Amino acid sequence: MEHLAFCQNFPFFTIIMTLSSGVICSILKPKKAMYFQCIVIFATFVMSLITLLFTLSTKTSYAFMMGHFPAPWGNELRIGPFESLMATCFSGIMLLSLIGGMSHIFEDTEEKKTNLYFCMISLLLSSLFALIYTNDIFTGYVFVEINTITSCAIVMLKYRGGKTIVATTRYMVMSLLGSGLFLLGITMLYDLTGHLLMPQLGQAVNLLVESNQYMFPLTVIIGLFSIGLSIKSALFPFHTWLPDAHGNATASSSAILSGLVLKGYIILLIKIFYRVIGLDVIEVDQVTNILFVFGILAMIIGSIKAISQQDIKKMLAYSSVAQIGYVYLGIGLGTNLGIIAASLQILAHAFTKPMLFVCSGGLMDVSGGSKQAKDLSGAGYRDKLTGVAFTIGGLSMVGIPLLAGFSTKFNLCMAAIEYGNIKMIMALIAIIISTVLNAMYYLPAIFNLYHVRHDDSFKDVKAHYHFSYAIVLVIFILLNFSIGIFSDTYESIISMGLSTFG
Amino acid sequence: MNKFFQAIKRWVDGDEKLKIDNENVNIKSNVTIDESTKYFLEESKKEKNAFQRMTNWFNTFGIMYYRRVYMAISILTCLIMITLLLLTVSFLPQFGNPSNPANNEVSRRYITEGLKETGAVNLVGGLILDYRAFDTLGESHVLFCAVIAVIILLKLEKDQNKKYYLKELQDLSDDEKYYDYDNQVLKFATSILFPIIMILGIYIVLNGHLSAGGGFSGGAIMGAGLILYLTAFGYEKIEKFFNFNTFKWISLFGLIAYALLKTYSFYTGANHIESIIPKGIAGNIISSGLILPLNICVGLVVCSTMYAFYSLFRKGDM
Repeated sequence: MEHLAFCQNFPFFTIIMTLSSGVICSILKPKKAMYFQCIVIFATFVMSLITLLFTLSTKTSYAFMMGHFPAPWGNELRIGPFESLMATCFSGIMLLSLIGGMSHIFEDTEEKKTNLYFCMISLLLSSLFALIYTNDIFTGYVFVEINTITSCAIVMLKYRGGKTIVATTRYMVMSLLGSGLFLLGITMLYDLTGHLLMPQLGQAVNLLVESNQYMFPLTVIIGLFSIGLSIKSALFPFHTWLPDAHGNATASSSAILSGLVLKGYIILLIKIFYRVIGLDVIEVDQVTNILFVFGILAMIIGSIKAISQQDIKKMLAYSSVAQIGYVYLGIGLGTNLGIIAASLQILAHAFTKPMLFVCSGGLMDVSGGSKQAKDLSGAGYRDKLTGVAFTIGGLSMVGIPLLAGFSTKFNLCMAAIEYGNIKMIMALIAIIISTVLNAMYYLPAIFNLYHVRHDDSFKDVKAHYHFSYAIVLVIFILLNFSIGIFSDTYESIISMGLSTFG
Repeated sequence: MNKFFQAIKRWVDGDEKLKIDNENVNIKSNVTIDESTKYFLEESKKEKNAFQRMTNWFNTFGIMYYRRVYMAISILTCLIMITLLLLTVSFLPQFGNPSNPANNEVSRRYITEGLKETGAVNLVGGLILDYRAFDTLGESHVLFCAVIAVIILLKLEKDQNKKYYLKELQDLSDDEKYYDYDNQVLKFATSILFPIIMILGIYIVLNGHLSAGGGFSGGAIMGAGLILYLTAFGYEKIEKFFNFNTFKWISLFGLIAYALLKTYSFYTGANHIESIIPKGIAGNIISSGLILPLNICVGLVVCSTMYAFYSLFRKGDM
């Protein structure tokens, strides 16, 4: 047995640290909890970065045994370039969106409960890490539960009563439905195979497919996994809970929910597709085609809904629905290139949407706390940095070259062209229509920021923010450019990660 | 002909009276009319042009029909789902058949080697707290998450900003109004039962590695004991030994101790270091390594969480 290097323990440390720091935050005073939490998340970011560099240097993945028992008996984590890249980005974005919306967190939550916000954030991050790293499908389910409860809690924390409670209730019902279906899928799969760890599951499923046994239950299981996780990641027909939940939460919560939480489930789905069921079986069962069609519908209908929104946060939330559609379009192609494009879209959206939500918080500050488009007109002059950041984020979503959105759309197109056949034409047309629709709501929103009305009642409002907010926005802008310009680097890491999935 | 066109023009512009007399519309009692529907019904009495009438129709009767169709579709979806899942179950391997795929080397090792490898006579205890301890670690944090979410939703803070302070809620949470604590029968029965329940709970927690039970079930019993005590004697008495601070510290202690113990075991396991914790002699009360302390931690967390749920739902505080 080879000896592990010390830094190979870091993924496990990040999970356990964030779990425990959440518990510790529940007894700290709000301010202390804030500093403590920021330090912990920064530490996890550094650890994930070291893990990423380590896995890049070895170019392989390794399994981390949780306890004294090897694979089919004990739990396991699995760490490769793909996982550590996602973990690094997720922890980084978590920290940025937390600091970016810090003033709103303290305004929007009750005084004595603010520390519980950080507690929930910490547990949420640990569940995201676990979803990314886990090699065990049931561990995945346990952390899906933590993810569900904590993400509902960070929506709910805003005010007692009113809209957020309704939004949370809807979110919780839909989310629990999703986890329930996922759990049913796991039980049935266990009944067919007797395994819970992904590599062993993969082998057992392969045997079943080769001997042509239990094909009907297997199809149902794939359906349950796909439907369960797509409800939780708000794919089109199941997106109805998203706009209210994301639109009414505090700025940081919205940023984290649409930037990271939705993506955790998609990464779990990609892992299940790749490592448990296998892309060929998925292809035969037509699941990819269904996801593909709903992805296209999400891209178009999400954007159409966003056009009619006057509320800026709701507009961003509907835009998330459309962007999730892009991810499922990539997965729906069912090819390696398609999934690489989908993963790149996950990252690009995770870099862009939190920035837009954080900006929306800043813009609301200089517009008397209103989210309506008419009050936000001219806000770009009142708060210049936020205006610039929002403009860059919006343009990135539309898909202007050099920005994140362009590189993902380009990659999706390339993946579609490589696939050929009718799906190529459908994908290309959908991407074109969706791009035009994106422009139809992001450009007016941006113009609105630089359009001063005569009866502007907030003309004399001056923006005064903490310097950390400015730093966060600058880092977000740089990250956005980094994906736009160096998308090849990200792509090569992702493809290296996927090639070690097997 | 000309008259006809004029009539149509009048109808489009909204001169003619609406054909439907809204007063006499027979709305079925099972369809609830909310405020907005009422508003639109009022609105629809005023004279409107065709487009506005159409919007009105959608907002009143449209919604009514929409709700019916919605209900029909949801029932249909549920029926399809039920049929599909039942059909799938009929395709699954027969329950209890020894040649089932689930009876493979995984469960075989749990059963044959479990006692030797974990030191726990209760194989389920060994399974959840040693073989698959990471899942259980997550599961106990799920409980913690749930209780924190309930605290966020229900806990009333007395000295808050005026922004959040709700007088009515404060009155509702006045426990003394709704419960009377003069029930002598309950008090007498509780004073006998409470020690027995607590001892049973502690017994089940401490014997988690030897007999059926463990942290979760024992903790639930102790929580039930605390709830019974609260119902009989009220907050004044229970707060002498169990209040919000106790809850916080017990959860903190339980979860952190769990995490630390398991960190040690995971770390040594992954790095192939021999663990220094002895397994002991199977069947003794002090045996099976970490399972006993882990059961105690889980038991404490579950007990305080159960009580916290009850108390938060009852009073909005602890």
